[in-house]
Amino acid sequence: MHPAIQGLMTIAFGVGGCVGYFYFSNLLVDKVIFPAKGEHIARNIRRANIVRPWLFLAPALLALGLYLAYPVVETLRLSLTQRVPGGGYEYVGLDNYRQMAGEGKFWEALQNNFLWLLVVPAASTAFGLLAAQLTDRISWGNIAKSLIFMPMAISFVGAAVIWKLVYDARPPGTEQIGVLNAIYIFFGGDDPQAWLTIPFWNSFFLMAVLVWIQTGFAMVILSAALRGIPEETVEAAIVDGAGPFQIFFRIKVPQIIGTIVVVWTTITIVVLKVFDIVFAMTNGQWETQVLANYMFDKLFRANDWGVGSASAMVIMLLVMPILVWNVYNARREMR
Amino acid sequence: MSSIAGQKSGLVWAVHLSAAVLVILWLFPTVGLLVSSFRTADQIATSGWWKALFPSQQNLTLRTAAPETQVQADGLFVIEGSLFEDGSSKVITVWGTNAKGIDSYQPGDTAALRRGGRLTVQADGSYRLEGEEEFTGRRGPRVFVTAEVPPEFTLANYHKILISGGATDNMAKAFFNTLTVTIPATIIPILVAAFAAYALAWMEFPGRALLIAAIVGLLVVPLQLALIPLLKFHNGIGIGKGYLGVWMAHTGFGLPLAIYLLRNYMVGIPRDIIENARVDGATDFQIFTRIILPLSFPALASFAIFQFLWTWNDLLVAMVFLIDATGETTVMTKQIVEMLGTRGGNWEILATSAFVSIAVPLFVFFAMQKYLVRGLLAGSVK
Repeated sequence: MHPAIQGLMTIAFGVGGCVGYFYFSNLLVDKVIFPAKGEHIARNIRRANIVRPWLFLAPALLALGLYLAYPVVETLRLSLTQRVPGGGYEYVGLDNYRQMAGEGKFWEALQNNFLWLLVVPAASTAFGLLAAQLTDRISWGNIAKSLIFMPMAISFVGAAVIWKLVYDARPPGTEQIGVLNAIYIFFGGDDPQAWLTIPFWNSFFLMAVLVWIQTGFAMVILSAALRGIPEETVEAAIVDGAGPFQIFFRIKVPQIIGTIVVVWTTITIVVLKVFDIVFAMTNGQWETQVLANYMFDKLFRANDWGVGSASAMVIMLLVMPILVWNVYNARREMR
Repeated sequence: MSSIAGQKSGLVWAVHLSAAVLVILWLFPTVGLLVSSFRTADQIATSGWWKALFPSQQNLTLRTAAPETQVQADGLFVIEGSLFEDGSSKVITVWGTNAKGIDSYQPGDTAALRRGGRLTVQADGSYRLEGEEEFTGRRGPRVFVTAEVPPEFTLANYHKILISGGATDNMAKAFFNTLTVTIPATIIPILVAAFAAYALAWMEFPGRALLIAAIVGLLVVPLQLALIPLLKFHNGIGIGKGYLGVWMAHTGFGLPLAIYLLRNYMVGIPRDIIENARVDGATDFQIFTRIILPLSFPALASFAIFQFLWTWNDLLVAMVFLIDATGETTVMTKQIVEMLGTRGGNWEILATSAFVSIAVPLFVFFAMQKYLVRGLLAGSVK
């Protein structure tokens, strides 16, 4: 069957199935199981109202449970097992973790991930704040915002191609077609550099790609927060003789610190999962490995599900504090 | 007083200038890709794309037509023609007849050739070579010209990528595969999430707060954890790698954000509207389909855009759940990654493919930016 037809059928089936499920299950509850008539009318209506929320929730809960909650548990289990030749699994305790801890590539990935965690959220938030403040009061601010926000729509793979062109290096003596090398030569650099193959610094060239993408996100949210600052506080500061920088750092930033934290943690999550950029640009060569790519290597190249699951658990562990913090905040707000 | 006013306008200038620098910095890489996709492989390899926007100086070594084309007129042997191909808009600034003096003559000048004959070259490349004696030899004499070449762009790359290219260069199939993945994976989660969000926003039942907290938690669970268990599950129930699996996976992964966004929006719908409908005898199902769904359109649109961008741009989920060994179902992101590996130097192919893949999301982005921003604000600012 042609995939397009299959796609259309899936849409029809999925949408029709959903609508049909919700419609008929409601009908069933209201008319057949707990009909709102007869001698038990009050009891029936009450019972129908107890059941109904779960009818509405059932498909979502099923999908969430199967596709997100169960895998967490299953990955934990797999990380403690090992495939035995001939099929099946055996429990091996922490052996996978021990094996992983003995690999240089793992520590390199962990170290790089921490470097990413230090640089990318900070740089994106800082640039986002700068962009938000700069574009806030100028006449062409909305166009500027749109253009800085645009990389958000570009895939990590597309961004990888875009930036590989920026970092491109040609043999010495010939004309450079990568912007970075052209500028480097223009300002008196001697030989063109293959930027992505210089250990340690190449990680920063990869990070630039993610900063470029995430700055727009930070800018949009921080710009909304800046606009929410009460005008009086700024006016009072001006009356008291505060300069523009004092107003920004002493008056505005403290008032939006909550939003800055939200932006920071959101980008942190993105950084922890970063995969496509490294996979497409260096594939972890030249000491640029990160956890998500290390895990992919283990899973689909080395075909080692035990160690792969163990490294996935490491990512989960790093995400955990943010997860707990988010849930805590959400619960506090609902009270 | 005047000094303060001066300072102010200085600051305004600084703000405009820094904003402009920031925008240019952010735009520059993408423009590079776009410009490169309209250049030939030769052009890309020999000069930076930023030079493509301006006329460039080129030193060319050309030849006049061969002696066999000469004609006799008024007792002279004459060869006439143009140094450039038809329709060229190159303009000659200086020219010469040997490698040591490539700038000896201006356009319109006449040079005496060492082997006999006089050559006149005009700025547009047309020339006249005449002599009293017959010209001999197989090829015409060489002419060294310095020409001003206007910017030149071509659509050939797009033709190759979309229509005529071979199996590895042609993106048409991958484009439709991506579309096939994206559309069901965008529509289905919206529907499932909308019902759940309504229940979480407007129905009272024990455990509701706990469920909401769980969904907030699931929002940040890395999908890396889901890869192996779900691949095992898909193989177990017999759907293996394919569209069905990738649709289901995208639905599952998109649900927490969908439910979260929609619930936050639905909670904000005035209670009166819903209570009035209840008093009038509407069932929950009617309230949901007739009142809540139409009112929630902005939130539905926000999520639809997120999910569309995310599924269109995705690489990991497609590689794990969709693309099998035959590569029949490859998506654009995967194909571009492969090209990066095998055709790393062919920038005309790479740039064009990448631009084909980002054109659709960019269009959606600019067309529906309002909803995207609204969704972002609802999703993260609390």
